[in-house]
Amino acid sequence: MLFATRCLLLCAGLFPLVIACGSDGPPDAQGGPVAMRRLTQGQYRQAIADVFGPEIEVVGRFEPDNRREGLVAVGSATVTVTPSGFEQYEAMGAHIAKQVVSEDHREVLVPCEPDSRARPDAACSEAFLRRVGPALLRRPLTASDITSRVMAANRAVHLSGDFYAGLELIVTSLLVSPEFLFRMEVASPRGETTGVLRVDDLTLASRLSYLLWNAGPDEALLSAADRGDLSSTEGLAQQVDRMLASPRLADGVRALFEDVFRFDEFENLGKDVIRYPVFSAQVAEDAREQTLRVVVDHLVVRQGDYRELFTTRRSFMTRALGPVYAVPVRSETGWEAMEFPEGDPRVGLLAHASFNMLHAHPGRSSATLRGQFIRESLLCQGVPPAPADVDFGLFNEDENPKYKTARDRLEVHSSDPTCRNCHRLTDPIGLGLEVFDGVGRYRTVENGAPIDASGDLDGHAFANNMELGKAFAESPILGACLVENVYRYAVGRDPVNTERRLLSYLEGRLEESDYRLGVLLREVAMSESFATASSPREERAATVSDRLIASRARKESL
Amino acid sequence: MTPAITRRGFLRKSLRGTFGGAALAVGLPYLEVFLNSNGDALAATGAPLPRRFGTWFFGCGMNPNRWNPKEEGRDFALPPELQPIARVREHISVISGLSVLLAGETNFVHRTGVMGTLCGGAPPTPNENAGPTLDVLISDVAGGATRFRSLEMAAHGVAKDSYSRRSENVINPSEPTPLSLYSRVFGPGFNDPNAGEFEPDPKTLLRKSVLSLVSEDRSRIEAQLGQADRARLDEYFTSLRQLERQLELQLSAPPPLEACEIPRQPEETPVSQDVAHVVRNHQLMAQVLALALACDQTRVFNMVFSAGASGLHLPGSSDTHHTLTHEEARDPALGYQPEATRFVIHGMEAWATFVETLESVPEGDGTLLDHSVVMAHSETSDANSHSVTGLPIMLAGRAGGRLLPGVHVGGGGETTARVGLTLQQVMGLNVASWGTQANRTSRPISEVLA
Repeated sequence: MLFATRCLLLCAGLFPLVIACGSDGPPDAQGGPVAMRRLTQGQYRQAIADVFGPEIEVVGRFEPDNRREGLVAVGSATVTVTPSGFEQYEAMGAHIAKQVVSEDHREVLVPCEPDSRARPDAACSEAFLRRVGPALLRRPLTASDITSRVMAANRAVHLSGDFYAGLELIVTSLLVSPEFLFRMEVASPRGETTGVLRVDDLTLASRLSYLLWNAGPDEALLSAADRGDLSSTEGLAQQVDRMLASPRLADGVRALFEDVFRFDEFENLGKDVIRYPVFSAQVAEDAREQTLRVVVDHLVVRQGDYRELFTTRRSFMTRALGPVYAVPVRSETGWEAMEFPEGDPRVGLLAHASFNMLHAHPGRSSATLRGQFIRESLLCQGVPPAPADVDFGLFNEDENPKYKTARDRLEVHSSDPTCRNCHRLTDPIGLGLEVFDGVGRYRTVENGAPIDASGDLDGHAFANNMELGKAFAESPILGACLVENVYRYAVGRDPVNTERRLLSYLEGRLEESDYRLGVLLREVAMSESFATASSPREERAATVSDRLIASRARKESL
Repeated sequence: MTPAITRRGFLRKSLRGTFGGAALAVGLPYLEVFLNSNGDALAATGAPLPRRFGTWFFGCGMNPNRWNPKEEGRDFALPPELQPIARVREHISVISGLSVLLAGETNFVHRTGVMGTLCGGAPPTPNENAGPTLDVLISDVAGGATRFRSLEMAAHGVAKDSYSRRSENVINPSEPTPLSLYSRVFGPGFNDPNAGEFEPDPKTLLRKSVLSLVSEDRSRIEAQLGQADRARLDEYFTSLRQLERQLELQLSAPPPLEACEIPRQPEETPVSQDVAHVVRNHQLMAQVLALALACDQTRVFNMVFSAGASGLHLPGSSDTHHTLTHEEARDPALGYQPEATRFVIHGMEAWATFVETLESVPEGDGTLLDHSVVMAHSETSDANSHSVTGLPIMLAGRAGGRLLPGVHVGGGGETTARVGLTLQQVMGLNVASWGTQANRTSRPISEVLA
């Protein structure tokens, strides 16, 4: 019912004549522009593990990822490689290459032995390149790829007197190639309709495998793309269903939620060691992992309802997390599954230590930061930035000892109409989580005063954080935001107008399926929008490039 | 405090501290081996000593009425928040009262002030700047000759906090630790200009051929891309060429450089936003940087002492520098926020240390600082109200005789782009005016010019 209403509104507003809403099938909606996305740190590491095995170490520092509009997946389509970043890629690539051809690994990773260790062996170099090249570049090799790299490898052998130095060069050249470091999407005109492009099968293969596995296409998918199977609905469905059934789906789901939850921010998380002696790098790492485990267990292993993530009592625990959650942990090492008892305040994701430590200050909790994160990332609602010229002098009462709790202090802010507009969006949710301190420990008092965690989520009153979780799970926009996040994550940009129809359809499908993530992922992967494109890149971005070209021209004229 | 030990350092007048039991039996080359008879150019190449440009950023500004000097010119009294620079004041000009002129643009908090000063105009949107930052403009011209176009550092340990940006899509990340800075500059790939014997590493040729191989694919890849992505790919290839340039430099013997010393590898230090850690890491980074400059590994650098909306923190406190600037009560007797202001003092002390470190390296007939100019700046003046009016700016060094330090210039509410224009001209860029819209200016700050 909800779906139908929304769809009617949309039809009335934007597409009065084009579509017939209420029909059951997916809309024939054209996708937006294609993207060129830089591999994230996780994707780079996964590629090395997939192609060379988990023993190969990846040592080095990655250029920081760039979060745009809430997602690194969107930011990755705007970043490039800076000089410092390139130095790092080259050093990492060379270090990986050295390990791959080392005595320890060549037996497994190099499919042949050269006639002589000191002389070129073009056939063996080619066999090696054919083995690792397609997986790294995510496409079959061309004749010229092979000729140029084998020739360069031969020259390297002449120079160094070592056959394996040639293979090392081949590996490094693949690992610094823009075709490895960036996922380049290609789209070409389809049929006679002007302006409608279809992404080519290899591009579609990469889109699928990064969405579902957060990795490059495997051999089976590459072959399917090469045969043209992905152009038919049956062929595509066969691959999508194979990938959804694979254990690697857990990697994809994990990466999706790491991004939505902004877990890359753990890298720079620090806490005051005097106020929070319980905090350590290990605690932070385990808190992050705990949340991802709960997500994968609930959504992938149990194929549960997404909304129940916010009310579930099931969790996983380590020794390091024990003191934060004030629970005994039997195992000295590793993870143990556990369930919080009925009535325990640890209900759902919002009660996890991860969110509560990440969205807080080094020395205290922050209702506003928590509320802002939840509005923006979990409900897809914009929170305007604080106005620059607020007279904070009004709130210098903050230090006044009569204001003991965060609620007391924030209520002072809410007395000002300029502040109230945004703080009313963030604070009621955040105040519901004030029972968790700056590292996520449960507490009932602050500075000796009892904490009142009651509030109201968009008209749904709650008495404490448990009820907040329940109100959250029942929020009518929770599913719509999941759809929005998954789609933006899948295509690396905001949806364009034509894709809005798809998003409405997806919301309906999600609701019908009782909020099963697998159903949503399958619908996205099979959708017309996912396989089509409007243009190589939107116009607006071109102005940025014009400016870059202008800046370079100026430099050259000097 | 243990300054990095250098061969030349122990001769120095001002390099303070003890040197433990380090063996000091090091032969020193005569000055004339390196310099021409005037002492202002390198004997080996006849080239003048290089001129360096750097920025030094501190977050969350200052208290204008306690930081801005009252008198203009040379004889100005140091106000309370500038007291920490007393020991190096002869090397520093203070420029107060310049602003990023908003002229209708939004003041994006903690962003407009810094990007406005560095790009010559208020940023039009949260994801766009008025242009490339000053250091990028300068390194495009002055950075080509050295191994690194520029070096970025963040003493508070956050690599993504960097204000060196060609655009918001091309942000040059900061080295987050003294050790990472050291390894990047003095690790593998460093050729000691004074080593005497030189033998290129044959591996360098192999590394170069990897890069040529990748470049062969450029036009094929480009053909598939739209215009915006082509510009991003272009940036990728600019970065690739920079590494090619590094490798070329490694294949030939570098000219000897009298001031160049190899610092001792810094120990691994704790990295956090605790002031004590930041101060220590900043000092170690400054020492490595000074010698990186003396060894002519780069001529452009950007140091972040604390980021905009500074997260600097004192152990045991529930607050950070940033939260204090908004939430601490102004002490009615003092008229300012005492806790927040402690961080301003820490920042100014660190700035003095930085200037002192560059000054402690002798070069030619003066010091490294004499052949450099460093602009200290912040994203705000009064952080409590996010003010971008009357921003604190300081210039240290003589830029090879083009600047006269030691003065205070009151800017009278004009644009900070005047500083950027001055610095581009001082660094030899052929620019008559700079900045966008209300911030466009053709008036350099003549009071600081020699």
